[in-house]
Amino acid sequence: MEQLLAISIGVLVAGSVYLMLARDLLRFLFGLILMSNAANLTIFVAGRLTPGAPPLVPDGVDAPVGLVANALPQALVLTAIVIGFGLFAFALVLTLRAYQSLGTLETSDMRIAEPDEPK
Amino acid sequence: MKSIILIVGARLQVALLLIFSLYMLLRGHNDPGGGFIGGLIAAIGFTIYAIACGTVSAREALRFEPASIAAVGLGCSLLAGAMAIIWGDAPFTGQWLFIGAEDGDKKGLPISSILLFDLGVYLVVLGAVLSIVFALEENI
Amino acid sequence: MSWVLSLPLIIPFATAVFAFLLRNSPLGRWTSLVGSSVGLVASIALMSTVLHHQVITGQMGNWPAPFGITLVADLLSAVMVLITAITGIAVAIYALGDIDETRERLGYHALFQVLIAGVTGAFLTGDLFNLYVWFEVMLIASFGLLVLGGSREQIDGGVKYVTLNLISTIMFLTGIGLIYGLTGTLNLADLSGKLDAVENQGLVTVIAMLFMVAFGVKAAVFPLFFWLPASYHTPSFAVSAVFAGLLTKVGVYALIRTFTLLFDGDVGLTHTILLWVAGFTMVTGVLGAAVQNDFRKILSFHIVSQIGYMIMGLALLTPLALLGAVFYLLHHIIVKANLFLIAGVAKQLTGSTELAKIGGLYRSSPLLAALFLIPAFSLAGFPPLSGFWAKYILVKASLDEELWFLAFVALAVGLMTIFSMTKIWAEVFWKAHPDGRQPALSGLVGRTSLIVPIAGLALMTMVVGLMPEPFVTFAEQSAAQLLDPTPYITTVLGPQP
Repeated sequence: MEQLLAISIGVLVAGSVYLMLARDLLRFLFGLILMSNAANLTIFVAGRLTPGAPPLVPDGVDAPVGLVANALPQALVLTAIVIGFGLFAFALVLTLRAYQSLGTLETSDMRIAEPDEPK
Repeated sequence: MKSIILIVGARLQVALLLIFSLYMLLRGHNDPGGGFIGGLIAAIGFTIYAIACGTVSAREALRFEPASIAAVGLGCSLLAGAMAIIWGDAPFTGQWLFIGAEDGDKKGLPISSILLFDLGVYLVVLGAVLSIVFALEENI
Repeated sequence: MSWVLSLPLIIPFATAVFAFLLRNSPLGRWTSLVGSSVGLVASIALMSTVLHHQVITGQMGNWPAPFGITLVADLLSAVMVLITAITGIAVAIYALGDIDETRERLGYHALFQVLIAGVTGAFLTGDLFNLYVWFEVMLIASFGLLVLGGSREQIDGGVKYVTLNLISTIMFLTGIGLIYGLTGTLNLADLSGKLDAVENQGLVTVIAMLFMVAFGVKAAVFPLFFWLPASYHTPSFAVSAVFAGLLTKVGVYALIRTFTLLFDGDVGLTHTILLWVAGFTMVTGVLGAAVQNDFRKILSFHIVSQIGYMIMGLALLTPLALLGAVFYLLHHIIVKANLFLIAGVAKQLTGSTELAKIGGLYRSSPLLAALFLIPAFSLAGFPPLSGFWAKYILVKASLDEELWFLAFVALAVGLMTIFSMTKIWAEVFWKAHPDGRQPALSGLVGRTSLIVPIAGLALMTMVVGLMPEPFVTFAEQSAAQLLDPTPYITTVLGPQP
């Protein structure tokens, strides 16, 4: 199972690098999202994959009984997903604004804030 | 988009989703659920409403500006964390009050600073998601 | 303890809430100012506690380390928090005269306070994942501040800033995942011991490189700095001052923290790379500045070049070099924020930041000219200002290590800095305004709130320069703490076997 996940992380990163090499800002953003998913999967795998039950504590005891899944990486991934969600939502709005006010999503044409190109 | 089926359906769904979001918020302490998921479900409710009836009426239904809701939520969570100073505990230590309990047998109605914290998270998520959704909807 | 540690975080967040709810009324800006003042008091309290106890730690919600959320302050963290609060209050005063009502209505003050909270959190946190969370808090606030107002230039700069910083974030997150898989903990003090016990040291070095790239982007070091000069000249001046003072320094702080506490196993590789990075950062930054013709762009490139000095101190890893790095860090925050504030006043007086279009400030506002000279000369390293001591210590440290070439580079970059500062002086202050304008300070609306923070920061530069003794002693102590992390670890985890 670990190998399978490792391979899928690799595929995700490869796909994201391919997308990020594009000049189109939206494609770049999609690549970024793929890569952040790969990072989240990395954390998930780092917590080891076990065939455990959900780590819920039954009534009357202090700790979960039997083999349970490692809850910490799941909490970390959840936090990372939430933060990533916020950042990418902002980036998406920014991309939309960029398209509206600059009229293009070609990254090589986005140089309003740069000095003029030497002729 | 003007569709009578969607509008009628949306009204029903919004009510159901809002109640379900509150249920999720309250059960979060002992079972999977909590403020974050509850806030997302409530945000989905208002998003459906905005798609069906337009953002103007969705904003009216919400009554407050989404960003202000998020700010109030942040305030709630901070307050829940800062409350611990009254009992001399470290910040963000949970404080519990069991209404109707006899001699601390923890059987009454449990009210805690954690609930306030979760309520804050609920409002932050609801406000933040809706301000982004409304901004995107109004741009298109 | 935990309250002293968490108040510098709670106060800016609470201020942000109130400032946001009051954003449509003039009360909002005063809320922000009051919040910054209270925050300053809280960080002074933190500083004095840390001076007394050396290292203090607090557990949120009473969960013991390494399981709970830990806040730690040693001398370096505490002084960084203090200097953040000082910069915060300076910029909050400056914002009274610089931020227009449109930006206030969009929530400028709330975002600013969240930014301060994020920066403070990054300095105080005791575990890697929370460092990531604070980075994100800081990042999302800085995104908002950068594009606030939404001019075309800002959007353009914002796109580059956002995308490159998101890549760094993902690198950081991947590093966190791998380090957790390797050791099963993310608490910095706990990691410090467990990383040495890891069998596969090669993987530790790989993770170290991931962190170096992630923090390198934030700190704007040599091959990763391109987002900085592309974006820092676009937002309003109060925003670019606080960015210039604090944001890159959080990256430098994270590098110093992780590469002294965690990744000290393969110094021969990691710190040699850092040494090369430092050299190239200094040179490229200063050369980039030399060809620019815009007040803020010159200053932006100088941030990059100055970061090189701090990285150089970290890379040498001797007590004297780390002392220099810490001293440089503190000096640079004050000086750089001040220079950006001055650029803002110059823009308001003369109407532009492009060197060719402005001038005449020396004749019409000699006070501003005098106030510019202090941070400018300090940046270039003139005695007896703070920058002189910072540069002197670092050059001495590299000479002690017999790295002649590096010392030469550091000195040459100092000379080039003088060149850039003289260029600004000649163009902005000395030559007459091309339109014949005589822009006087007395005609400026809200001039008190603009000049007071500039004068205050300049005064601090003077004081540090004229009486460097206590500051150097302090930096020496914090460098000693960084080189011997035992007190840090025992304070967080309790006595170790």
